[in-house]
Parts: sequence; structure tokens; C-alpha cells
Amino acid sequence: MKRGNPWLWSAAALVYAFLYIPLIIVVLYSFNDSRLNAEWVGFTLFWYKALFNNTEMLLAARNSLFIAVCASFCATLLGTMSGLAIHRYKLKVLPVLVFTPVAMPEILLGVSILLFFLQVLNFTLGMVSIIIAHTTFCIGFVAIIVRARLQGMDESIFEAARDLGASPWQTFRLVTLPLIMPAVVAGALMSFTLSIDDFVITFFTKGVGEPILPIQIYTMIKVAVTPEVNAISTLLMLLTLVMIIIATRLESNGSSEGSAKTHPVKQAAK
Amino acid sequence: MALLEIRNVTRRFGSYTAVDNVSIDVEAGEFFTLLGPSGCGKTTLLRMIAGFDLPDSGQILLDGKDMVGIPPEKRPVHTVFQTYALFPHMTVADNIAFPLKMARKAPQEIKKRVNELLERVHLPNFGNRFPHELSGGQKQRVAFARGLVNRPRLLLLDEPLGALDAKLREEMQIELINLQKEIGITFIFVTHAQDEALALSHRIAVMNRGNVEQIDEPSKIYSAPKNHFVADFIGKISVMNAAVMEATPSHLKLAIEGLGEVTAPAREDVEVGARGVLAIRPEQVRISHPSNESQLKNHFRGKVHDFLYVGDVTTYIVELVNGAYIEALLPNSAPGRAKFFEVDDEVTISWRHDAGIFLNDPR
Repeated sequence: MKRGNPWLWSAAALVYAFLYIPLIIVVLYSFNDSRLNAEWVGFTLFWYKALFNNTEMLLAARNSLFIAVCASFCATLLGTMSGLAIHRYKLKVLPVLVFTPVAMPEILLGVSILLFFLQVLNFTLGMVSIIIAHTTFCIGFVAIIVRARLQGMDESIFEAARDLGASPWQTFRLVTLPLIMPAVVAGALMSFTLSIDDFVITFFTKGVGEPILPIQIYTMIKVAVTPEVNAISTLLMLLTLVMIIIATRLESNGSSEGSAKTHPVKQAAK
Repeated sequence: MALLEIRNVTRRFGSYTAVDNVSIDVEAGEFFTLLGPSGCGKTTLLRMIAGFDLPDSGQILLDGKDMVGIPPEKRPVHTVFQTYALFPHMTVADNIAFPLKMARKAPQEIKKRVNELLERVHLPNFGNRFPHELSGGQKQRVAFARGLVNRPRLLLLDEPLGALDAKLREEMQIELINLQKEIGITFIFVTHAQDEALALSHRIAVMNRGNVEQIDEPSKIYSAPKNHFVADFIGKISVMNAAVMEATPSHLKLAIEGLGEVTAPAREDVEVGARGVLAIRPEQVRISHPSNESQLKNHFRGKVHDFLYVGDVTTYIVELVNGAYIEALLPNSAPGRAKFFEVDDEVTISWRHDAGIFLNDPR
């Protein structure tokens, strides 16, 4: 069984092909010198140039980036706090409250947040409502990552800090935060990628105002599938990929350390 | 006035009483040990002294000042944790400097003190290393240095040698004694290892089920245990049911069921008719061939039941005529594997009239 079963290998290959061939085609055709996504004509960067002259698209991208930065910032702050709280106070209800939005169907979240904004708060939909909505579903992801890191750590490290003269705030600033930093950054990146390509919740909470990237792409496809869509998709894919890779790196660094005492992240404090 | 006074401290967790009305005085400069099996309340007591836990009732006075309600960072007490609890993201030097930084000492002084302590724990060139680059013994030394650097009034040590192998442990024990002697800081040491407690401490408090059974010097704890628990927990001891026949200021006469009469050292609090056990340490028991008639008053016939060779000594377990077992220790001073007796050999067991001790509480 050194080489493994050929059937298993081919099954795996099929699954990966199914997952990645469409993505590869999208990327390839973004360089295709033809208006139609039908046959390969020749290499060009024309669609990327067109993209950067498309003011509507640039505005949508700018809006989406702004939302992603704001939402991931808020979610990281609140998610880190919830992760710490869940770890410290062994209340059973707390993890349920924080983690449920992660498992909830997006459409449900979208509808409920929309109704809450419109009927309860009488709030005008726009950028702010999107940021709040994105923050709510990202908090859970950050909390899960932060809590996982805390669970692997030796509790007496934090007691040692207090014991040696650090106030609770100093303990957090000098010991806890540096030690959970990889998880916090991973959570932030994860939130950013979740926010920037979110369609469903954005669709429900955007109102009629500003263009938002995923919605804009969808609108373009409705009109005509031009390679410009391929180009913007490729760029989005690239951005998400980089962030995911960094986030998983940080996360796996964290968990492989197990109890942080045996194999710490030195750079975190420096 | 004692440095640390623990007065009637009780701590309950639900219906379980972890520490039950304990009072202990620790003098300045002492190496004091809390010894007991796991779950005896020693760690809970230590955590209350450090400030991580609060007593339900009672007082903990340090230099005459009540510590209850004062948070851990405000107490002049530092702890060396069982897991060392070094900050993994800081260098060795930064770890040791941490308490000094928290106390807002001047940078030059911090540097000086850190180097001093690194010298003292024999790690002069380790300042720039990270904890994960150190061996277990080295981490242990850094933890000691970090606990001592800001000269606390009291250093608490929570089974700090528990994770080390036997040889390293012995080395660290000697270093620990020297460190305490040189620096002169009061140590409160928690352990379940009785040999460690005997080797290190000035005084030992033996704890059991939240109570202090006996507080004494190591030699007293070993040779004059107050009750059956202490006798049994510290070292090896054989016990036989006994009743007091005669009690004088100089000695006790005891009747051992099915065996006869023995003489034991006097005890003030014992009256004629009291029942209890005669406890005797293996090294106080002599074992010889039945042909050599013993000169000692307390001597009986028996049969070797089993023996245990552990290198320097051999322990013989001898079955007496009344069915009781008694252990005798024989040093293996001759070269080669000495074996003086075989299983089922007839032997004579004897001990001096001032050996053994009568313990009141029956088994």
C-alpha cells in the first residue's frame, strides 16, 4: 500500500479537476484576446486595462475593500474579546451565542438582519448596514480561532504574570496578546476574505446606493459575460488566496505549538 | 512574630473541604515544606498564599498584614510553577527581568540584577535564548531566577522538581538548598515526595485531607511521627496491633497479639489499656540466623516471606509467628550481589528497646 490504491488516486484527481478546472478556465480566459469566452485567440492584457478604466467597477472595488477593512477590524476586536471571554468564563451559553452565526445559513442571516434594520431600527441601508452585517457573521470565526489558540496554552503562564507583579491589563498587553497574536491576525485575514466576496448578506443589506464588488460582477454577467468579469474574478481570487494562505500558516503555527511553552512564536513579541 | 501566619484558614469547593481550619506559622529565612498526597489541600493552601484563591474563613498574615483581598500582583510573594510557566515569547533575560520591570526598577539596575541571577543559576550566557531552546533543568533554573530576582518576602514552589528525571532532580535539590542559603529568602515548598521533603526542609507540615497532621523538623517527623498517617506516609514502616500493659516515664510495655511482650519508648499521652499499633522502621530491625541468640530484649522468630534487592540495601519481609509481617533492612556492603537469606529461611528478628513507636490510633 505504499503507492496507494489507483482507484482512490483517480477519484481524488476527478474531485480536484471538478473543483479547479472552472477556476483555471476563468483565469485563462481573462487573458484571451476575444470578446467571447468561446475559443482561445491569443494573449492580451486588454481586459485588465479595460477593468481599470471602468469607473463603476473601480468604485465597487473601493467600496468592497473599505467594507472589508472596517468589518474585519470590528470583527477582530469583538471576536478576540469573545474568544477570551469564552475561554475564561466557562459559561455554556457563551460559545453557543458566538458560534451559531457561523453555522447559520447565510440567507437566514441576511433576511433577519435586513428585517432588523428596516423594521426594528428604521435604519437607512447603505455602507454602514453592510459593515455591521459583515461584522456579525465574522465575529464567530475570529472567536473560534482565538479560543483554539488559548486552549493549547499553559494557564499558569498568565497566573505567573500576575504573580510577578503585572496588573490584569499589563498581563493582557505583555503576555496574553503577544501569545494570541498569530490567531488574531489569522482571524482578521479570514474576516477580510469572508467580507470581500460575500454576496448573499451584502445583497440583502446594501439597499439601493453604492455599488459593491460581488453584486457588481453579478450585474455584469446578467448583461453579458465579457472577459472583464474574468479579469476582476482573477484579481479577487488572487487576493483571497494570498490571505487564506497567510491565515492558515499563522493558524497552523499556533496549533502545532500545542502548549505554547514547548515551541513558541518568538517573533510575536518582538 | 512569624513572617507568615496562617490562621484557621478554611477553603471549601462545594461540599468538599480542601483546606480545613489550618494554622501554620512560617519564620523568616525558613525552608518550609507542605507535604502530603495529592488532594490533601497543599496546593490550594499555596494558591491562597499567592493570592490566586481566597479562603472562605481565616486569615493569612504576612509581616502581620492581612493578605486576604490583596491581588497577587500586590503581594511580595512570587511563585515557581510546576510547569515553570516561562513566557515563551520572551528571551531568558526578558523573563527574569519581568518582575523588575513590573516593579519599575531602573534599566541599569534591571540589567545588573538579571546578570547577577543568571550567574547564580549557572546560566551566564543564556540571556538571549528562548525558553524552548532550553532543557528541562535549565528552564527550572530560569524559573528560580525569575522568582528570586525581585527579592520577594516569600518564594512559593509548587512541586518544581516534579517534571525532572531522578538524577537531575537530586542535582537541583542541592542547588535549591544552596540558593536558599545564599539568598536567605523564605521558601514554602509543596511536594508529595517525602524523600524530597526530608532532604530539603527546615520544617515540614504533613497534610492529609485538608488537615495538618504534624509540623516538625524532618528528623522528628521521621523518627517520632504523631500518628499512623504520618508514620505511613514518611518512609517505610511496619505496624503491629498492640495494647499498652505498663506505662512508666522511661518506657512502655506493650502486648502484641499472638507474639508476646515488647518494650517501646515512653510517650506522655498514653495510658495503660490503650490500644493502637507498634510502628517500626525497617532499618531499626535486625535480622539474623536463629543460631545467634539475640542480646536484645525485643526478639522473635520468623520466616523470610520475600525480599527486595535494590542495590545498596536488601529489604527482607519476614512473617512472624502471629502472621504479622515486619520489614528488615540489610545493607549490601560486601561486593557482588549479597544474599544472606532465602525465602522460607528461619530467622530471628530483633530491635532495641528504644526503637519503634506506639501510635494511638488503631489501624
